[in-house]
Amino acid sequence: MTATDTSRASRPSRARRPGAWTPWLYLAPALVLIGGLLVYPLYQLGLISFLEYTQAQVSGGEPTSFQGLGNYTELFRDAQFRQVLLATVVFAAACVLATLAVGCALAVLLTRVRALPRLALMLAALGAWATPAVTGSTVWLFLFDPDLGPVDSALSALGLSGFEGHSWTYDRYSAFGLVLLEVVWCSFPFVMVTVYAGLRAIPAEVLEAAALDGASQWRIWRGVTAPMLRPILVVVTVQSVIWDFKIFTQIYVMTNGGGVAGQNLTLNVYAYQKAFASSQYSLGSAIGVVMLLILLAVTLGYLRLLRRQGEEI
Amino acid sequence: MNALRIRRPWRLAAEAAALLVAAVVAFPLYWMVLAAFKPAAEVQSAAPRPWTLRPSLDAFRRVFDQQDFGRYFLNSLLVAGTVVVASGLVAFLAATAVTRFRFRFRTTLLVMFLVAQMVPVEALTIPLFFLLRDAGGTVPGIGLNTLGSLILPHLAFSLPFAVWMLRGFVRAVPEALEEAAYLDGASRARFLWRILFPLVLPGLMATSVFSFISTWNDFLFAKSFIISATENSTLPMALLVFFKDEGNDWGGIMAASTVMTVPVLVFFVLVQRRLVSGLGGAVKD
Repeated sequence: MTATDTSRASRPSRARRPGAWTPWLYLAPALVLIGGLLVYPLYQLGLISFLEYTQAQVSGGEPTSFQGLGNYTELFRDAQFRQVLLATVVFAAACVLATLAVGCALAVLLTRVRALPRLALMLAALGAWATPAVTGSTVWLFLFDPDLGPVDSALSALGLSGFEGHSWTYDRYSAFGLVLLEVVWCSFPFVMVTVYAGLRAIPAEVLEAAALDGASQWRIWRGVTAPMLRPILVVVTVQSVIWDFKIFTQIYVMTNGGGVAGQNLTLNVYAYQKAFASSQYSLGSAIGVVMLLILLAVTLGYLRLLRRQGEEI
Repeated sequence: MNALRIRRPWRLAAEAAALLVAAVVAFPLYWMVLAAFKPAAEVQSAAPRPWTLRPSLDAFRRVFDQQDFGRYFLNSLLVAGTVVVASGLVAFLAATAVTRFRFRFRTTLLVMFLVAQMVPVEALTIPLFFLLRDAGGTVPGIGLNTLGSLILPHLAFSLPFAVWMLRGFVRAVPEALEEAAYLDGASRARFLWRILFPLVLPGLMATSVFSFISTWNDFLFAKSFIISATENSTLPMALLVFFKDEGNDWGGIMAASTVMTVPVLVFFVLVQRRLVSGLGGAVKD
C-alpha cells in the first residue's frame, strides 16, 4: 500500500498521462466475461423466478406472463420444498460441523507428531482433497456397495449380523450419512492444512511464556491459541458453509438423483430436477433465488466479521 | 510447534493415531486403484480381498474400447486447458489494473470480485441454459451441446477468485522495477508482458489449480448443457455410463475414476508448494 502511494506521488504524470482508461482496458476482458456470464444470468434468474416459464413458454406456444411472487408462494406452500429446505440446512450444518471438527482435530494432531507421520497424513489428505467430487462419490458408493463392497463384507466377517447385502442408500438417514462421510473426506483437508498453517504461525515464545506463567493447556488454548486462530477459523467456516450448502454432485451421484422418492433431495438438486426434469423453469429459478439469498446473508455476515477484525481490502 | 516438550508415550500415541488416520483417509483411493487393476472375477467376488496377485489392465481396456472414453478425456482436457490459460491471462490483466493503478471505483470493483466468489454458480444453470441456447443461434461454437458452452461459464466463474488471489503476486513485484523499465524506454505493453508477466507466472500456476479443478470436476454444467451431442461430453458424464440397472460394472467405474483422478493428482503435486504460499498470501491480504 505504502509503496503504491509514494510512487504515485513521485510520478503523478506517469499515472495520468497515458490515459486514465488504461486500467479499464486491462479490466475489460474480465468485466465483459463476468458481466455477460455472471451478472446478466443473475438478473435473468431473478426475472424468470417472477414469470410463468414452463415448456409451453420456452417453445413459444404460450406467451410468458408475469406472476409477481406467485412462484414463491407456490414454493412455500409446497410441503416437499419445505422439507427439502429443512433437510438442506440440517445436512449442510452437519457437514460443516463434522468437517471443522475433523479438520481442526487433525491440525492439532499434526503439531504433536514428528516429520514422517505428518508427511503421511498430509499426503493422504492431499489425495482426498484432489479427488474430483464425481470420482469420490463413485468410490465411496463402491466401498458401501451391498453386494461387492468391502465395508459390508468386513462387518459381516466381524460377526455382526444384518450387514450381509445391507443397502446404505435405501434408508433416508443412512444415505445422508454416507454422503456426509464422502463430503467430510474430501473437504476436511482444506480445513486441516489451513488451520495447521495458522497454528504454526503462532510464535512459540508466546506459548512458552504462557506455560511458564503456569497456565494450563486449556487456559493456553482459550487465552492464546483460539483468539489468534479466529480469523482463520472464520475463513474456513464460511468457505465450508458455502460449499456444503450447495452440494450437488455427491447427492446426485450417490443417491441417484435425490434418493428413493426424493428423500435425499437438497435445494440444488431439487432446483435442477424442477427445471430440467419437469420443465418448471420458473420454480427452479425461484429455488435458486432462495439459495442465493441465504448464501448472501452468510457472505454479508462474513464481510462484517472481517471488518470488525479491522482487515482492509 | 512444541513436539519436544510432549512426553514420550503421548507423542507415540499421537503418531500412531496420525498414521491410522492417514491409512483410513488413503483407503478409498487405494481401493479405487486396486479395483481398477483387479481381474473382473475378483471384483465380482462377494468376499473382496485387499490385494490382488494377478493385476490386469482389462478394466482400462474395457473403458477405452466400449465407450468413447478417450474422446471424453480429450474433451475434458481441452475444456480445462482452455479455461486455465484464458483465465490466467484475463485475470493477470485485471489483477494488474487493480493493484498497479489508482482509479475511481477501484474499491467497489474489489468488493465486487469478493462478492462474486460467493455466488452459487449452480443456481445460474437455468438462465445460462437459455443464454447459451440463444447465443448458439447467432455464434456457432458457444451454443448448447458445444465445448464452448462449458468453457465460457467456467472461464467467467474462475475469474473473481483468480483476480483476488493474483493481487498478492502482482503487488509483490517491486514498483522500482516498473520505474526502471520505463526509464529504460520500455513501453507499457513491453513492461506488462516481458517483465511483469514472467515474474507473476508462479502465482498464475498456483491460481490455475483452482480453475483447473473446478472445470475438470464440473458435473452440473456438463450434464445440463451437453444434451444430445454425446461426442462433446466430458469425463463425469462418461463415468455414469457404467452405472447400469442390471448391475454396475464396478471394475470399469473404478478404472474410469482412476483415469479421471490421476491428472488432478499430478497437477496438485506439481503446484502444491506454490499453492500453500499463494493461499497464505490470499488469506493474509
